[in-house]
Amino acid sequence: MELNSRVPSGPLADKWSNHRFSNKLVNPANRRKYKVIVVGTGLAGASASATLAEQGYNVQTFCIQDSPRRAHSIAAQGGINAAKNYQNDGDSIHRLFYDTIKGGDFRAREANVYRLAEVSNEIIDQCVAQGVPFAREYGGTLANRSFGGAQVSRTFYARGQTGQQLLLGAYSALSRQIHAGKVEMFTRREMMDVVLVDGQARGITTRNIMTGEVETFWADVVILATGGYGNAYFLSTNAMASNVTAAWRAHKKGAGFANPSFVQIHPTCIPVHGDYQSKLTLMSESLRNDGRVWVPKNPGDKRHPSEIPEEDRDYYLENKYPSFGNLVPRDVASRNAKEQCDAGKGVGNTGLAVYLDFAEAIRRDGEETILKKYGNLFQMYEKITDSNPLVEPMMIYPAVHYTMGGLWVDYDLMTTIPGLFAIGECNFSDHGANRLGASALMQGLADGYFIIATSVAHYLGTTSMEKISGTEAPFKDSKREVEDRIDMLLKNSSGGPAGKLTVDEIHKELGRLLWDNCGMARNKEDLEKALEELPEIRQKFWDYVYVPGDGKALNQSLERAGRVADFLEFAEIMIRDALAREESCGCHLREESQTEENEAKRDDENFMHVAVWEHVSSDEPPKLHKEMLDFEFVTPSQRSYK
Amino acid sequence: MSSINLTLKIWRQENSDALGSLETYNLDDVHTDMSFLEMLDILNEKLTKEGKDPVAFDHDCREGICGMCGAVIDGVAHGPEKEVTLCQLHMRNFSSGDTIVIEPFRSRAFPVKKDLLIDRSALDRIIQAGGYVSVNTGGTPDGNSIPIPSDKAELAMDAAACIGCGACIASCPNGAAMLFTSAKISQLALLPQGQTERKQRALSMVEQMDKEGFGNCTNAKECEAVCPKGISIRNIARLNREYLMATLTEG
Repeated sequence: MELNSRVPSGPLADKWSNHRFSNKLVNPANRRKYKVIVVGTGLAGASASATLAEQGYNVQTFCIQDSPRRAHSIAAQGGINAAKNYQNDGDSIHRLFYDTIKGGDFRAREANVYRLAEVSNEIIDQCVAQGVPFAREYGGTLANRSFGGAQVSRTFYARGQTGQQLLLGAYSALSRQIHAGKVEMFTRREMMDVVLVDGQARGITTRNIMTGEVETFWADVVILATGGYGNAYFLSTNAMASNVTAAWRAHKKGAGFANPSFVQIHPTCIPVHGDYQSKLTLMSESLRNDGRVWVPKNPGDKRHPSEIPEEDRDYYLENKYPSFGNLVPRDVASRNAKEQCDAGKGVGNTGLAVYLDFAEAIRRDGEETILKKYGNLFQMYEKITDSNPLVEPMMIYPAVHYTMGGLWVDYDLMTTIPGLFAIGECNFSDHGANRLGASALMQGLADGYFIIATSVAHYLGTTSMEKISGTEAPFKDSKREVEDRIDMLLKNSSGGPAGKLTVDEIHKELGRLLWDNCGMARNKEDLEKALEELPEIRQKFWDYVYVPGDGKALNQSLERAGRVADFLEFAEIMIRDALAREESCGCHLREESQTEENEAKRDDENFMHVAVWEHVSSDEPPKLHKEMLDFEFVTPSQRSYK
Repeated sequence: MSSINLTLKIWRQENSDALGSLETYNLDDVHTDMSFLEMLDILNEKLTKEGKDPVAFDHDCREGICGMCGAVIDGVAHGPEKEVTLCQLHMRNFSSGDTIVIEPFRSRAFPVKKDLLIDRSALDRIIQAGGYVSVNTGGTPDGNSIPIPSDKAELAMDAAACIGCGACIASCPNGAAMLFTSAKISQLALLPQGQTERKQRALSMVEQMDKEGFGNCTNAKECEAVCPKGISIRNIARLNREYLMATLTEG
């Protein structure tokens, strides 16, 4: 597997414009001769579909939900960053670039991140032009807030529903192109495979969720915008339909998978309260601006929080990180919460929670001020937990939130399969080992609105390909493979459910294995144990899982079974990747790699690379390749929050 | 944490052509901390283990924002609690021994595909008819070049918060899609970016609404009462003004 990142040469600030100039173009009259498939309609997929259709390409867009408006990007709350420097507080493209590369713990490509910071400004203009109702100052100019501990106010927002409004903006641009006939929209389709002709991505195989029909579609270019794989853990803040299937099928057809163990755990989620729970809910990080995090000093102290006096409380973040206090980055806050709970100081019924206490802020500023700032979050918390944060402290616990790993892509966002592109959370490219607040929305839209069209034009302008009709052997083979796999998933169903397991039971078991051994903190011994246990769970899945119904109609159990089967395979490279990376970095603490003060210790000498996994065959372990990262314009430094 | 025992009467329908009926299921030990959809998950696990067909229902984010979930609970779209979607309704709103009737959102324009799962693609076609600002990617002016007073931006945001779940239509005695359509029309009519196509937008979206088989508004206000996002019927008044103005001044 050859990893050529195609990073342009020259000064950092000129790379993207030089690259655009040196890339080939496609004459407007010729664009209508090409067909592009886009899978997924989140921020990346919807914006890419709209933009490519505006340029004149024929686009076919696929999504798993009933409408392209429902992709999980819609749930993002906080905001989107841009280096506009509207506040005149010293922000610049270079500062956004620097903050992002440092926040990712120096595990992302400089050139990609710089480009992201560069186009961030155009994203805001684009969205404003679409009528996205961003928050405004009284004078009518755009409002900004600071977010995730950034020292400048560069975050644009639309109440706590920024993802929703940005997605609806992209969805409206997409809707316009559907109306114009330039995008053909396929809803309720699940992508099951990529079709390669002569080594190039030339189409996809899908299952029509409503009818069960397996269909193939051909194109000249295939773009995956299928999001992240956080649901491998069963419980996460991801939407229920988020999965790894499209990316994993592409991987098995030859696309390298980069940094699969880089998973962000968000510190402020509503804790798990029972084994029936299906989903975790995120509370905005902004709560830590006023809330104080604490646990009882003594393990096993089960008193009601109001009965625990000050001297028996441990405000562990404030004590340990005096300069950042409760506002330490996500990975530090998460890890410390887990540490406290592991030491038996967790609170609530399960002992897997810490307090986030607003009592002092309420005493200082009054209930009214606090409610004005966080009222909707308090309401949401109360609705879910039936406990009022004005009266007793909130309980929070970390949860899987975002995956920084994904399909390996070059500077053009192309995977190792020619003609197969991956954008948004689906690729690995811009967040390094950690994702900062308000940066995921930025990346999705940067890829979709501003980068992919250049890449697609260059690819089409420099690649010769055969004319195809979609009836060639690889399409038939792919369809048959997909149908065989569906039959496999249903093979235990004929004898009825007696004594068999459900898909969710196995998924929970996988989730537990990953959370315990490949979660926030990892060590060699546990990872090796997990690697041994994984095949047993996989075997159990194939031997005992019962899927009701058949494949020829709407069958939600079958849909879940297919996704879990892929998570079970994918988990292996997740664990192997975590095992191979013997350093701590970003979101991920390797217990063997800590400083004397128990902080994460990066090892630049040995791990300043992107780990890219190649699928060899189902009988052989995957092969590890490395893309070395050069830091020409910044000097990697230790992150310290003391 | 406490648990309750429930009798569920759920609409079961094999497909669009089949006749449906209410089936009765007993479900014990339902934790009151569960969400309504988690309760349905537990029921489906139980049905699966019994060799029966699980209940099909739409859901995705389970955070009240994607607009994918929804059913009529005891006659009310999204259930008894104000301004929540079905995924954010919790079982502590029910008591042990309750019988709960669960039906799909019903409307001529929303064919039932299976059980509680319906086809709401008509809503997408209304947006496709003109619910956008026609601007291509790139070459747009700086975001601050068109100031928008913050109260206007807030009003636009109030309307833009619509999640397209369809509860308004399911609860309207006429099956009207006025609240949904008016939310998008209001958002864009309130902002300077939406002015160029303002009249054409109102005409096309209303025309599409009619084509899809949605009914007319007779001010029953049921839509506002069930809207999980608190979208106001003032938007419908704005839609009527926009439409009237457009018909009087356009072709």
